[in-house]
Amino acid sequence: MFDFLSEYDVLGVFWVTVQLTFFAAIGSLIWGTILAGMRVSPVPVMRGFAAAYVNLMRNTPLTLIILACSLGLNQTLGVTLGGEGVDQLNFRLAVLGFIAYTATFVCESIRAGINTVPVGQAEAARALGLGFTQVLGIVVLPQAFRSVIGPLASVLIALTKNTTIASTIGVIEASYLMSEMIENESDRILLVFSVFALGFVILTLPVGLILGRVAKKSAVKR
Amino acid sequence: MRFSRVLRVGAVAAATSLALVACGGGNGGGGDENESLTQRAENGRLTVGIKIDQPGLGLQTPDGGYEGFDVDVAKYIAKELGVEEGDIEFVETPSAQRENMIEKGDVDFIVASYSITDERKQKVDFAGPYFLAHQDLLVRADDNSIKGAEELNGKNLCSVRGSTSAQNVKDDFAPDAELQTYAGYSECLNGLETGAVDALTTDDTILAGYAAQNPGKFKLVGAELSDENYGVGLKKGDNEGRTAVNDAIKKMQDDGAWKASAEKWFGPSGYEVGDPPSLEQ
Repeated sequence: MFDFLSEYDVLGVFWVTVQLTFFAAIGSLIWGTILAGMRVSPVPVMRGFAAAYVNLMRNTPLTLIILACSLGLNQTLGVTLGGEGVDQLNFRLAVLGFIAYTATFVCESIRAGINTVPVGQAEAARALGLGFTQVLGIVVLPQAFRSVIGPLASVLIALTKNTTIASTIGVIEASYLMSEMIENESDRILLVFSVFALGFVILTLPVGLILGRVAKKSAVKR
Repeated sequence: MRFSRVLRVGAVAAATSLALVACGGGNGGGGDENESLTQRAENGRLTVGIKIDQPGLGLQTPDGGYEGFDVDVAKYIAKELGVEEGDIEFVETPSAQRENMIEKGDVDFIVASYSITDERKQKVDFAGPYFLAHQDLLVRADDNSIKGAEELNGKNLCSVRGSTSAQNVKDDFAPDAELQTYAGYSECLNGLETGAVDALTTDDTILAGYAAQNPGKFKLVGAELSDENYGVGLKKGDNEGRTAVNDAIKKMQDDGAWKASAEKWFGPSGYEVGDPPSLEQ
Protein backbone atom coordinates (compact mmCIF):
# COMPACT_ATOMS: atom_id res chain seq x y z
CA MET A 1 0.00 0.00 0.00
CA PHE A 2 2.81 2.42 0.83
CA ASP A 3 5.32 1.06 -1.69
CA PHE A 4 4.83 4.05 -4.01
CA LEU A 5 6.47 6.21 -1.35
CA SER A 6 9.88 4.75 -2.15
CA GLU A 7 9.80 6.49 -5.55
CA TYR A 8 9.79 9.85 -3.81
CA ASP A 9 12.28 11.60 -1.57
CA VAL A 10 9.83 12.14 1.28
CA LEU A 11 12.51 12.39 3.97
CA GLY A 12 14.51 14.81 1.83
CA VAL A 13 11.65 17.27 1.44
CA PHE A 14 10.80 17.12 5.13
CA TRP A 15 14.46 17.89 5.82
CA VAL A 16 14.07 21.05 3.72
CA THR A 17 10.98 21.89 5.80
CA VAL A 18 13.06 21.46 8.96
CA GLN A 19 15.81 23.67 7.53
CA LEU A 20 13.34 26.38 6.53
CA THR A 21 11.84 26.27 10.02
CA PHE A 22 15.25 26.32 11.71
CA PHE A 23 16.67 29.34 9.91
CA ALA A 24 13.39 31.24 9.96
CA ALA A 25 12.98 30.53 13.70
CA ILE A 26 16.43 31.82 14.58
CA GLY A 27 16.05 34.87 12.37
CA SER A 28 12.60 35.75 13.63
CA LEU A 29 13.65 35.28 17.27
CA ILE A 30 16.44 37.83 16.78
CA TRP A 31 14.42 40.31 14.70
CA GLY A 32 11.35 39.83 16.91
CA THR A 33 13.37 40.59 20.07
CA ILE A 34 14.77 43.73 18.48
CA LEU A 35 11.24 44.77 17.48
CA ALA A 36 9.96 44.14 21.01
CA GLY A 37 12.80 46.25 22.37
CA MET A 38 11.86 49.03 19.96
CA ARG A 39 8.20 48.87 20.96
CA VAL A 40 9.02 49.54 24.64
CA SER A 41 11.87 51.96 23.97
CA PRO A 42 11.74 55.60 25.11
CA VAL A 43 12.38 56.87 21.54
CA PRO A 44 9.04 57.73 19.86
CA VAL A 45 10.33 57.15 16.30
CA MET A 46 11.43 53.60 17.17
CA ARG A 47 8.14 52.86 18.91
CA GLY A 48 6.24 54.20 15.92
CA PHE A 49 8.27 52.23 13.40
CA ALA A 50 7.97 48.94 15.31
CA ALA A 51 4.23 49.39 15.85
CA ALA A 52 3.67 50.20 12.18
CA TYR A 53 5.86 47.30 11.02
CA VAL A 54 4.15 44.77 13.28
CA ASN A 55 0.65 45.84 12.33
CA LEU A 56 1.43 45.92 8.63
CA MET A 57 3.26 42.58 8.47
CA ARG A 58 1.04 40.44 10.65
CA ASN A 59 -2.08 41.63 8.85
CA THR A 60 -0.69 40.80 5.40
CA PRO A 61 -1.34 37.28 4.08
CA LEU A 62 1.88 35.25 4.23
CA THR A 63 1.45 34.06 0.64
CA LEU A 64 1.62 37.68 -0.49
CA ILE A 65 4.77 38.34 1.52
CA ILE A 66 6.53 35.26 0.15
CA LEU A 67 5.41 36.02 -3.40
CA ALA A 68 6.53 39.63 -3.01
CA CYS A 69 9.98 38.39 -1.98
CA SER A 70 10.26 36.48 -5.26
CA LEU A 71 8.45 38.72 -7.74
CA GLY A 72 9.25 42.07 -6.15
CA LEU A 73 12.60 41.76 -4.38
CA ASN A 74 14.20 39.28 -6.73
CA GLN A 75 12.71 39.63 -10.18
CA THR A 76 12.06 43.37 -10.15
CA LEU A 77 14.70 44.76 -7.79
CA GLY A 78 17.34 42.11 -8.49
CA VAL A 79 18.00 41.16 -4.86
CA THR A 80 19.73 37.75 -4.80
CA LEU A 81 20.87 37.49 -1.14
CA GLY A 82 24.04 35.84 -2.44
CA GLY A 83 22.11 32.79 -3.57
CA GLU A 84 23.41 30.88 -6.58
CA GLY A 85 20.97 28.92 -8.69
CA VAL A 86 17.22 28.96 -8.49
CA ASP A 87 16.92 26.51 -5.58
CA GLN A 88 19.27 28.32 -3.21
CA LEU A 89 17.86 31.69 -4.19
CA ASN A 90 14.26 30.69 -3.55
CA PHE A 91 15.20 29.10 -0.23
CA ARG A 92 16.83 32.31 1.00
CA LEU A 93 13.99 34.50 -0.26
CA ALA A 94 11.50 32.27 1.52
CA VAL A 95 13.47 32.37 4.79
CA LEU A 96 13.60 36.16 4.53
CA GLY A 97 9.84 36.30 4.05
CA PHE A 98 9.19 33.97 7.00
CA ILE A 99 11.47 36.01 9.25
CA ALA A 100 9.74 39.27 8.28
CA TYR A 101 6.33 37.73 9.04
CA THR A 102 6.98 35.51 12.06
CA ALA A 103 9.06 38.18 13.85
CA THR A 104 5.85 40.17 14.40
CA PHE A 105 4.31 37.33 16.40
CA VAL A 106 7.54 36.78 18.32
CA CYS A 107 7.63 40.52 19.06
CA GLU A 108 4.09 40.57 20.42
CA SER A 109 4.72 37.48 22.57
CA ILE A 110 7.85 38.99 24.05
CA ARG A 111 6.09 42.28 24.66
CA ALA A 112 3.45 40.37 26.58
CA GLY A 113 6.30 38.78 28.55
CA ILE A 114 7.80 42.16 29.31
CA ASN A 115 4.47 43.22 30.78
CA THR A 116 4.65 40.33 33.28
CA VAL A 117 7.79 41.79 34.83
CA PRO A 118 6.74 44.14 37.67
CA VAL A 119 7.39 47.81 36.89
CA GLY A 120 9.22 48.13 40.23
CA GLN A 121 12.09 46.03 38.88
CA ALA A 122 12.70 48.35 35.93
CA GLU A 123 12.43 51.36 38.24
CA ALA A 124 14.88 49.83 40.68
CA ALA A 125 17.29 49.04 37.88
CA ARG A 126 17.08 52.60 36.60
CA ALA A 127 17.60 53.90 40.14
CA LEU A 128 20.85 51.92 40.23
CA GLY A 129 21.98 53.92 37.18
CA LEU A 130 21.45 51.32 34.42
CA GLY A 131 20.68 52.65 30.93
CA PHE A 132 17.71 51.50 28.79
CA THR A 133 19.57 48.68 27.02
CA GLN A 134 20.97 47.46 30.34
CA VAL A 135 17.57 47.51 32.05
CA LEU A 136 16.10 45.60 29.13
CA GLY A 137 19.00 43.20 28.56
CA ILE A 138 20.01 42.38 32.13
CA VAL A 139 16.81 42.74 34.14
CA VAL A 140 13.63 42.66 32.07
CA LEU A 141 14.20 40.43 29.01
CA PRO A 142 15.63 37.38 30.84
CA GLN A 143 12.50 37.23 32.98
CA ALA A 144 10.23 38.05 30.05
CA PHE A 145 11.64 35.20 27.96
CA ARG A 146 11.13 32.70 30.74
CA SER A 147 7.45 33.50 30.92
CA VAL A 148 6.74 33.36 27.18
CA ILE A 149 8.28 30.03 26.19
CA GLY A 150 4.80 28.53 25.92
CA PRO A 151 3.45 31.18 23.52
CA LEU A 152 6.72 31.09 21.55
CA ALA A 153 6.28 27.32 21.12
CA SER A 154 2.91 28.03 19.51
CA VAL A 155 4.57 30.52 17.19
CA LEU A 156 7.21 27.92 16.30
CA ILE A 157 4.57 25.30 15.51
CA ALA A 158 2.67 27.80 13.37
CA LEU A 159 5.92 28.63 11.59
CA THR A 160 6.61 24.96 10.87
CA LYS A 161 3.27 24.63 9.16
CA ASN A 162 3.57 28.01 7.45
CA THR A 163 6.73 26.84 5.67
CA THR A 164 4.45 24.95 3.26
CA ILE A 165 3.79 28.34 1.65
CA ALA A 166 7.39 28.39 0.41
CA SER A 167 6.30 26.03 -2.33
CA THR A 168 4.40 28.90 -3.99
CA ILE A 169 7.76 30.30 -5.09
CA GLY A 170 9.18 26.88 -5.89
CA VAL A 171 11.08 25.84 -2.76
CA ILE A 172 11.04 22.06 -2.89
CA GLU A 173 9.71 21.29 0.59
CA ALA A 174 7.01 18.93 1.88
CA SER A 175 3.94 20.51 0.29
CA TYR A 176 5.75 20.85 -3.05
CA LEU A 177 6.28 17.10 -3.17
CA MET A 178 2.72 16.63 -2.01
CA SER A 179 1.34 18.49 -5.03
CA GLU A 180 3.65 16.46 -7.27
CA MET A 181 2.37 13.22 -5.74
CA ILE A 182 -1.25 14.33 -6.04
CA GLU A 183 -0.62 14.91 -9.74
CA ASN A 184 1.02 11.50 -10.25
CA GLU A 185 -0.81 9.27 -7.77
CA SER A 186 -4.31 10.51 -8.35
CA ASP A 187 -5.72 7.13 -7.30
CA ARG A 188 -4.19 7.44 -3.81
CA ILE A 189 -4.84 11.04 -2.89
CA LEU A 190 -6.13 10.37 0.63
CA LEU A 191 -3.09 8.24 1.39
CA VAL A 192 -0.78 11.02 0.17
CA PHE A 193 -2.57 13.55 2.38
CA SER A 194 -2.29 11.26 5.39
CA VAL A 195 1.43 10.73 4.89
CA PHE A 196 2.11 14.46 4.88
CA ALA A 197 -0.29 15.20 7.71
CA LEU A 198 1.50 12.54 9.76
CA GLY A 199 4.87 14.03 8.83
CA PHE A 200 3.88 17.43 10.17
CA VAL A 201 2.43 15.96 13.34
CA ILE A 202 5.70 14.11 13.91
CA LEU A 203 7.57 17.40 13.49
CA THR A 204 5.35 19.60 15.63
CA LEU A 205 4.08 17.34 18.42
CA PRO A 206 7.47 16.87 20.14
CA VAL A 207 8.15 20.61 19.85
CA GLY A 208 4.96 21.36 21.75
CA LEU A 209 5.59 18.68 24.38
CA ILE A 210 9.24 19.54 25.03
CA LEU A 211 8.79 23.30 25.06
CA GLY A 212 5.70 22.89 27.26
CA ARG A 213 7.90 21.12 29.81
CA VAL A 214 10.62 23.74 29.53
CA ALA A 215 8.04 26.48 29.98
CA LYS A 216 6.77 24.88 33.20
CA LYS A 217 10.28 24.50 34.59
CA SER A 218 11.56 27.93 33.67
CA ALA A 219 8.55 30.04 34.55
CA VAL A 220 9.31 32.70 37.15
CA LYS A 221 7.40 31.85 40.31
CA ARG A 222 5.68 34.94 41.58
CA MET B 1 -15.65 9.65 38.08
CA ARG B 2 -14.10 12.30 35.85
CA PHE B 3 -13.03 9.72 33.32
CA SER B 4 -16.47 8.25 32.97
CA ARG B 5 -17.89 11.69 32.33
CA VAL B 6 -15.40 12.19 29.51
CA LEU B 7 -16.44 8.83 28.10
CA ARG B 8 -20.09 9.75 28.26
CA VAL B 9 -19.51 13.05 26.44
CA GLY B 10 -17.50 11.15 23.85
CA ALA B 11 -20.27 8.61 23.35
CA VAL B 12 -22.84 11.37 22.86
CA ALA B 13 -20.58 13.09 20.34
CA ALA B 14 -20.02 9.85 18.44
CA ALA B 15 -23.75 9.08 18.39
CA THR B 16 -24.55 12.59 17.13
CA SER B 17 -22.04 12.38 14.32
CA LEU B 18 -23.31 8.92 13.34
CA ALA B 19 -26.85 10.26 13.22
CA LEU B 20 -25.71 13.20 11.08
CA VAL B 21 -23.92 10.88 8.70
CA ALA B 22 -27.04 8.74 8.42
CA CYS B 23 -29.16 11.82 7.65
CA GLY B 24 -26.62 13.04 5.12
CA GLY B 25 -26.70 9.71 3.35
CA GLY B 26 -30.44 9.86 3.04
CA ASN B 27 -30.57 13.36 1.58
CA GLY B 28 -27.62 13.15 -0.75
CA GLY B 29 -27.81 12.88 -4.49
CA GLY B 30 -31.49 12.66 -5.22
CA GLY B 31 -31.03 9.73 -7.55
CA ASP B 32 -29.66 6.28 -8.00
CA GLU B 33 -25.92 6.04 -7.39
CA ASN B 34 -25.33 3.97 -10.49
CA GLU B 35 -27.50 6.00 -12.81
CA SER B 36 -25.82 6.47 -16.15
CA LEU B 37 -25.00 9.89 -17.58
CA THR B 38 -27.66 9.53 -20.27
CA GLN B 39 -30.33 8.79 -17.67
CA ARG B 40 -29.36 11.83 -15.61
CA ALA B 41 -29.40 14.02 -18.73
CA GLU B 42 -33.05 13.09 -19.19
CA ASN B 43 -33.91 15.33 -16.22
CA GLY B 44 -32.82 18.20 -18.43
CA ARG B 45 -30.00 19.34 -16.12
CA LEU B 46 -26.29 18.52 -16.01
CA THR B 47 -23.43 19.56 -13.78
CA VAL B 48 -20.15 19.86 -15.67
CA GLY B 49 -16.68 20.24 -14.18
CA ILE B 50 -14.34 22.70 -15.92
CA LYS B 51 -11.31 24.85 -15.16
CA ILE B 52 -12.16 28.49 -14.61
CA ASP B 53 -8.68 30.00 -14.72
CA GLN B 54 -7.22 28.84 -18.03
CA PRO B 55 -7.69 31.31 -20.87
CA GLY B 56 -8.63 29.55 -24.11
CA LEU B 57 -9.73 26.36 -22.32
CA GLY B 58 -11.98 27.26 -19.46
CA LEU B 59 -12.14 30.79 -18.11
CA GLN B 60 -14.68 32.61 -16.02
CA THR B 61 -15.68 35.88 -17.67
CA PRO B 62 -16.26 39.03 -15.59
CA ASP B 63 -20.04 38.69 -16.05
CA GLY B 64 -20.01 35.21 -14.47
CA GLY B 65 -20.19 33.14 -17.66
CA TYR B 66 -17.59 30.69 -18.91
CA GLU B 67 -15.71 30.54 -22.19
CA GLY B 68 -13.04 28.47 -23.90
CA PHE B 69 -12.52 25.33 -25.90
CA ASP B 70 -13.33 22.95 -23.02
CA VAL B 71 -16.51 24.91 -22.39
CA ASP B 72 -17.49 24.61 -26.06
CA VAL B 73 -16.89 20.85 -25.96
CA ALA B 74 -18.91 20.54 -22.74
CA LYS B 75 -21.82 22.51 -24.23
CA TYR B 76 -21.76 20.40 -27.41
CA ILE B 77 -21.82 17.14 -25.45
CA ALA B 78 -24.65 18.43 -23.26
CA LYS B 79 -26.60 19.48 -26.35
CA GLU B 80 -26.18 15.99 -27.83
CA LEU B 81 -27.44 14.53 -24.55
CA GLY B 82 -30.52 16.73 -24.84
CA VAL B 83 -29.64 19.40 -22.27
CA GLU B 84 -30.06 23.09 -23.10
CA GLU B 85 -27.09 25.42 -22.70
CA GLY B 86 -28.88 27.36 -19.96
CA ASP B 87 -29.46 24.19 -17.93
CA ILE B 88 -25.79 23.32 -17.61
CA GLU B 89 -24.30 24.12 -14.25
CA PHE B 90 -20.55 24.70 -14.55
CA VAL B 91 -18.46 23.87 -11.50
CA GLU B 92 -14.76 24.46 -10.98
CA THR B 93 -12.83 21.19 -10.68
CA PRO B 94 -9.28 21.86 -9.42
CA SER B 95 -6.75 19.30 -10.69
CA ALA B 96 -6.30 17.58 -7.34
CA GLN B 97 -10.02 17.05 -6.80
CA ARG B 98 -11.17 15.87 -10.20
CA GLU B 99 -11.30 12.13 -9.45
CA ASN B 100 -13.00 12.67 -6.10
CA MET B 101 -15.65 14.98 -7.51
CA ILE B 102 -16.59 12.45 -10.16
CA GLU B 103 -16.68 9.57 -7.68
CA LYS B 104 -18.86 11.48 -5.24
CA GLY B 105 -21.21 12.57 -8.02
CA ASP B 106 -20.59 16.31 -7.52
CA VAL B 107 -20.23 16.60 -11.29
CA ASP B 108 -21.75 14.52 -14.08
CA PHE B 109 -18.71 14.79 -16.30
CA ILE B 110 -15.48 16.77 -16.48
CA VAL B 111 -13.98 18.64 -19.43
CA ALA B 112 -10.99 20.36 -17.85
CA SER B 113 -7.72 19.80 -19.75
CA TYR B 114 -7.91 16.36 -18.19
CA SER B 115 -5.08 14.20 -19.58
CA ILE B 116 -5.84 10.49 -19.83
CA THR B 117 -3.38 8.52 -17.67
CA ASP B 118 -3.33 4.98 -16.31
CA GLU B 119 -3.43 6.15 -12.68
CA ARG B 120 -6.53 8.21 -13.34
CA LYS B 121 -8.19 5.33 -15.18
CA GLN B 122 -8.13 3.40 -11.89
CA LYS B 123 -10.73 5.77 -10.50
CA VAL B 124 -12.64 7.25 -13.42
CA ASP B 125 -13.54 6.40 -17.00
CA PHE B 126 -12.53 8.59 -19.92
CA ALA B 127 -14.41 9.32 -23.11
CA GLY B 128 -12.42 10.73 -25.99
CA PRO B 129 -9.69 11.86 -26.35
CA TYR B 130 -11.22 15.01 -27.80
CA PHE B 131 -7.94 16.89 -28.17
CA LEU B 132 -4.27 16.03 -28.49
CA ALA B 133 -2.15 18.63 -26.73
CA HIS B 134 1.63 18.74 -26.42
CA GLN B 135 3.92 20.15 -23.82
CA ASP B 136 5.42 23.27 -25.36
CA LEU B 137 7.44 26.37 -24.54
CA LEU B 138 6.25 29.98 -24.44
CA VAL B 139 8.93 32.63 -24.96
CA ARG B 140 9.06 36.40 -25.42
CA ALA B 141 8.00 37.41 -28.92
CA ASP B 142 11.44 38.88 -29.73
CA ASP B 143 13.41 35.92 -28.35
CA ASN B 144 14.69 33.60 -31.07
CA SER B 145 17.32 31.77 -29.02
CA ILE B 146 15.07 28.93 -27.88
CA LYS B 147 13.92 26.53 -30.60
CA GLY B 148 13.48 23.37 -28.60
CA ALA B 149 14.38 21.48 -25.45
CA GLU B 150 18.13 21.37 -26.36
CA GLU B 151 18.55 25.13 -26.00
CA LEU B 152 17.03 25.12 -22.51
CA ASN B 153 20.07 24.02 -20.55
CA GLY B 154 21.37 26.95 -18.55
CA LYS B 155 18.22 28.97 -19.19
CA ASN B 156 15.60 29.92 -16.62
CA LEU B 157 12.46 27.93 -17.14
CA CYS B 158 9.16 28.46 -15.36
CA SER B 159 6.25 26.16 -14.65
CA VAL B 160 3.60 25.38 -12.10
CA ARG B 161 4.44 23.44 -8.95
CA GLY B 162 3.57 19.78 -9.02
CA SER B 163 2.55 19.77 -12.68
CA THR B 164 3.57 16.94 -14.97
CA SER B 165 5.25 19.49 -17.25
CA ALA B 166 7.58 20.66 -14.50
CA GLN B 167 8.52 17.09 -13.62
CA ASN B 168 9.12 16.20 -17.29
CA VAL B 169 11.60 19.06 -17.63
CA LYS B 170 13.59 18.03 -14.60
CA ASP B 171 13.61 14.34 -15.45
CA ASP B 172 13.87 14.30 -19.24
CA PHE B 173 14.17 17.36 -21.45
CA ALA B 174 16.54 19.72 -19.75
CA PRO B 175 17.98 18.52 -16.47
CA ASP B 176 20.45 21.44 -16.46
CA ALA B 177 17.83 24.14 -16.92
CA GLU B 178 17.11 26.28 -13.89
CA LEU B 179 13.50 25.44 -13.08
CA GLN B 180 11.50 28.08 -11.24
CA THR B 181 8.06 26.93 -10.13
CA TYR B 182 5.17 29.02 -8.90
CA ALA B 183 1.66 28.22 -7.73
CA GLY B 184 0.09 29.69 -10.88
CA TYR B 185 0.89 30.58 -14.47
CA SER B 186 0.33 34.31 -13.96
CA GLU B 187 3.45 34.60 -11.80
CA CYS B 188 5.45 32.87 -14.53
CA LEU B 189 4.10 35.27 -17.16
CA ASN B 190 5.18 38.18 -14.98
CA GLY B 191 8.69 36.73 -14.81
CA LEU B 192 8.71 36.06 -18.53
CA GLU B 193 7.77 39.66 -19.20
CA THR B 194 10.43 41.12 -16.92
CA GLY B 195 13.07 38.74 -18.24
CA ALA B 196 13.59 36.89 -14.96
CA VAL B 197 12.68 33.65 -16.74
CA ASP B 198 13.30 32.77 -20.38
CA ALA B 199 10.52 30.30 -21.08
CA LEU B 200 7.29 29.04 -19.61
CA THR B 201 6.40 25.40 -20.16
CA THR B 202 3.14 23.49 -19.98
CA ASP B 203 0.49 22.19 -22.40
CA ASP B 204 0.43 24.19 -25.64
CA THR B 205 -3.34 24.72 -25.32
CA ILE B 206 -2.86 26.63 -22.07
CA LEU B 207 0.11 28.54 -23.47
CA ALA B 208 -1.85 29.46 -26.61
CA GLY B 209 -4.59 30.86 -24.38
CA TYR B 210 -2.15 33.07 -22.50
CA ALA B 211 -0.44 34.18 -25.71
CA ALA B 212 -3.81 35.14 -27.19
CA GLN B 213 -4.65 37.04 -24.01
CA ASN B 214 -1.46 39.14 -24.30
CA PRO B 215 -1.22 39.83 -28.03
CA GLY B 216 2.24 40.50 -29.40
CA LYS B 217 4.11 39.80 -26.17
CA PHE B 218 4.72 36.06 -26.27
CA LYS B 219 4.98 33.29 -28.85
CA LEU B 220 4.83 29.52 -28.88
CA VAL B 221 7.98 27.64 -29.84
CA GLY B 222 6.20 24.60 -31.23
CA ALA B 223 8.47 22.01 -29.62
CA GLU B 224 6.24 18.99 -29.17
CA LEU B 225 7.76 17.68 -25.95
CA SER B 226 5.02 15.24 -24.98
CA ASP B 227 1.57 14.01 -25.95
CA GLU B 228 -1.33 14.83 -23.68
CA ASN B 229 -4.64 13.24 -24.63
CA TYR B 230 -7.46 15.29 -23.18
CA GLY B 231 -10.40 13.12 -22.21
CA VAL B 232 -13.85 13.66 -20.77
CA GLY B 233 -13.91 12.28 -17.23
CA LEU B 234 -16.90 10.10 -16.35
CA LYS B 235 -17.97 7.93 -13.45
CA LYS B 236 -16.23 4.57 -13.54
CA GLY B 237 -18.26 1.83 -15.19
CA ASP B 238 -20.67 4.13 -17.00
CA ASN B 239 -20.29 2.52 -20.42
CA GLU B 240 -23.56 3.84 -21.75
CA GLY B 241 -22.62 7.40 -20.89
CA ARG B 242 -19.16 6.90 -22.33
CA THR B 243 -20.57 5.76 -25.66
CA ALA B 244 -22.96 8.71 -25.74
CA VAL B 245 -20.14 11.19 -25.05
CA ASN B 246 -17.92 9.54 -27.64
CA ASP B 247 -20.71 9.85 -30.20
CA ALA B 248 -21.09 13.52 -29.35
CA ILE B 249 -17.34 14.14 -29.72
CA LYS B 250 -17.31 12.28 -33.03
CA LYS B 251 -20.20 14.38 -34.29
CA MET B 252 -18.52 17.60 -33.15
CA GLN B 253 -15.36 16.66 -35.03
CA ASP B 254 -17.27 15.68 -38.18
CA ASP B 255 -19.58 18.70 -38.50
CA GLY B 256 -16.75 21.24 -38.22
CA ALA B 257 -17.73 22.66 -34.83
CA TRP B 258 -14.59 21.15 -33.32
CA LYS B 259 -12.25 22.82 -35.78
CA ALA B 260 -14.05 26.15 -35.59
CA SER B 261 -13.86 26.22 -31.80
CA ALA B 262 -10.22 25.11 -31.67
CA GLU B 263 -9.22 27.79 -34.17
CA LYS B 264 -11.22 30.42 -32.37
CA TRP B 265 -9.48 29.81 -29.05
CA PHE B 266 -5.98 28.67 -30.03
CA GLY B 267 -5.57 30.25 -33.47
CA PRO B 268 -4.81 33.89 -32.54
CA SER B 269 -1.47 32.90 -30.99
CA GLY B 270 -0.26 31.32 -34.23
CA TYR B 271 -1.03 27.84 -32.94
CA GLU B 272 -1.72 25.41 -35.73
CA VAL B 273 -4.71 23.24 -35.00
CA GLY B 274 -4.07 19.76 -36.36
CA ASP B 275 -6.50 16.97 -37.01
CA PRO B 276 -8.67 15.78 -34.15
CA PRO B 277 -7.37 12.65 -32.40
CA SER B 278 -9.13 9.37 -33.06
CA LEU B 279 -11.32 8.12 -30.24
CA GLU B 280 -10.32 5.26 -27.97
CA GLN B 281 -12.78 2.43 -28.12
